[in-house]
Amino acid sequence: MTIRTTLSAGLAAMSLTATLGASTALADPVTVGLITTLSGGGAGLGVDIRDGFQLALSMSGSDAIHLVVEDDAQRPEQAVQIADRMIQSERAQILTGIVWSNLAMAVVPSATAQDVIYVSPNAGPSQLAGAGCTPNYFNAAYQNDTMHEASGAYANVLGYENTFIMAPNYPAGIDALTGFKRYFEGSLAGELFTQLGQTDFAAEIAQIRASGADSIFIFEPGGMGISFMRQYAQSGIDLPIISAAFSFSQDVLPAVGDSALGVINTAEWSPDMDNAANQAFVAGFQEAYGRLPSVYAAQAFDSANLILSALAAADINDLPAFRTAMRAADFDSVRGAFRFGNNQHPIQNYYAREVVSVDGVLTNRMVGTAFEDHQDVYATDCAME
Amino acid sequence: MTAALFLEQVLNGLQLGLMLFLMSAGLTLVFGVMGLINLAHGSLYMIGAFFCAAAAAASGNFWLGLIAGTAAAAAAGALIEVTVLRRLYDRDHLDQVLATFALILVLSELTKIGFGPFPLFLDVPPILSGTVNLGIAHYPLYRLALIGFGLAVALGLWLLIARTRLGIRIRAGENDREMIAALGVNIRALYTLVFALGAGLAGLAGALVGAVQSVQVGMGEPVLILAFVVIVIGGIGSIKGAMVGALMVGVIDTMGRFLLPRLFGHFMEQSQAAGIGAALASMLIYVLMAAVLVIRPKGLFPAHA
Repeated sequence: MTIRTTLSAGLAAMSLTATLGASTALADPVTVGLITTLSGGGAGLGVDIRDGFQLALSMSGSDAIHLVVEDDAQRPEQAVQIADRMIQSERAQILTGIVWSNLAMAVVPSATAQDVIYVSPNAGPSQLAGAGCTPNYFNAAYQNDTMHEASGAYANVLGYENTFIMAPNYPAGIDALTGFKRYFEGSLAGELFTQLGQTDFAAEIAQIRASGADSIFIFEPGGMGISFMRQYAQSGIDLPIISAAFSFSQDVLPAVGDSALGVINTAEWSPDMDNAANQAFVAGFQEAYGRLPSVYAAQAFDSANLILSALAAADINDLPAFRTAMRAADFDSVRGAFRFGNNQHPIQNYYAREVVSVDGVLTNRMVGTAFEDHQDVYATDCAME
Repeated sequence: MTAALFLEQVLNGLQLGLMLFLMSAGLTLVFGVMGLINLAHGSLYMIGAFFCAAAAAASGNFWLGLIAGTAAAAAAGALIEVTVLRRLYDRDHLDQVLATFALILVLSELTKIGFGPFPLFLDVPPILSGTVNLGIAHYPLYRLALIGFGLAVALGLWLLIARTRLGIRIRAGENDREMIAALGVNIRALYTLVFALGAGLAGLAGALVGAVQSVQVGMGEPVLILAFVVIVIGGIGSIKGAMVGALMVGVIDTMGRFLLPRLFGHFMEQSQAAGIGAALASMLIYVLMAAVLVIRPKGLFPAHA
């Protein structure tokens, strides 16, 4: 055998495998990389996102998605590494899962620039909703400000006139207070920034007591909210609290305990929402994991169904067609109505929920509507139509 | 600003300081006696809180939980000392930092595996809930109790160090470990005991504070950083220094968070003042630490003056 025939045989074999590879790729499931926080203090949120996403896949019975899950340990640099590995060696075409805005900002711009679709199941930083919006980024949850805007709007409904507002001193905390003030019509009894990760709120509670406020708005996500509510309950102050759902979602309610009872918190979803998709979701989640789903689980469940609906309608290798299918958002959301605005962030209702005890388990019940068909303010800065 | 608000903030500062003392006493003791930098001290605090929450939930009794949390942290401390740290005494501090940092990761994951990823619930005991009338101000009873608890433990620790045979050995170990080994003291057992004592104090602090905070994985690390600030200010290895440093950090941190935003509020817009005041307040204790180190490079009460 001459060198030439060896070469041509080799080339033929290679092109054959390449063709085979291409044809099986069409039949193969699409790889979706789920990067989320599964260790450390924020693990509860990531676990709910993972479980919600997986539940949607198993309930759909579809094998269109091959899911790869990795833990970012709530560290931006680790999330970036995982994203690169998933895109380059696992050939992930869709990424999702990130809980925190700072991690999303580290991962999303570079991933979407590589023509990878990113679907956000939670974080909604303003940069990605406004001038930095991109056709490959879909937010299936909410834009960060909107949850707090809903609190501000509902505080008007409740007749609060002199509210003390408080959030941690970091970008999302500043956005929270800005969002609340954007719609709140009353006056402020005080405005306070706490430290990120703060565990003792005695100094702040003392100032709330002395402020003469008629109500309190807080944004203290994760352990901060648990600590604040415990200490608030011991303080003897009895002012009503309004908040976005983060500190009163199902993942932290058992740890907050009865001191959360009666707190009004705003979100785009509530476990008791009366639609078939939601009832199936809540029942399925309880059966699969033995606990009630949080708002994070609901958003991840919707993210998975959104992706499945687009995969059923279009081939992901034809990216423009796939994006059009994603924008159509043709799936049964657990939130009821769901559609995307021009910046591919949701236009949706926001509800007021009250923490109640049902058979000894703390959960949320819908008590009112804060916004109907609400869109974030950054959408006007987005060049997409 | 009213006198009531000011009094409440002073009490808040004292209470924070005394809880920091429980944390830093163990840390400084271990460093003073054994020459070991233990980054995993915060994990022992976390273990105390988790076992307290679990035992209190199972038995319905906070005090049983408190005992369980303290005992579990002390036992975990002894176990860590015997299995891991014992090999590190002759190594330099960088090796110790590396190994105890690894312990943080291992203990955090073990806690997550054992107790799950979600925060646990731990309520204050009914007898200590509610507020107490101090004449001009209402103050949470549990926080007053924490002040009392902290003072009692500080007194007990002082008696132990100053008045007992074990205390003599601990002090001797700080000064000259070869000599007390030569005099026939079982230095290995002494080290294990000291480490378990420090771990137990951290666990007690975690369990006490767990009732008003979030019992979650990683809860120890923010406190650990403060505890290091405390022992650097107080002088590494000195219990008295830890007490003074803890009270300084507690009061200055609380007062800074309270007064600085108000101060800036006098000459700028409120939301701006809140942001700048909060940012400066979070720096204040580190400024304090730097100032102390400029004047007294070995801290206020250096153990090896």
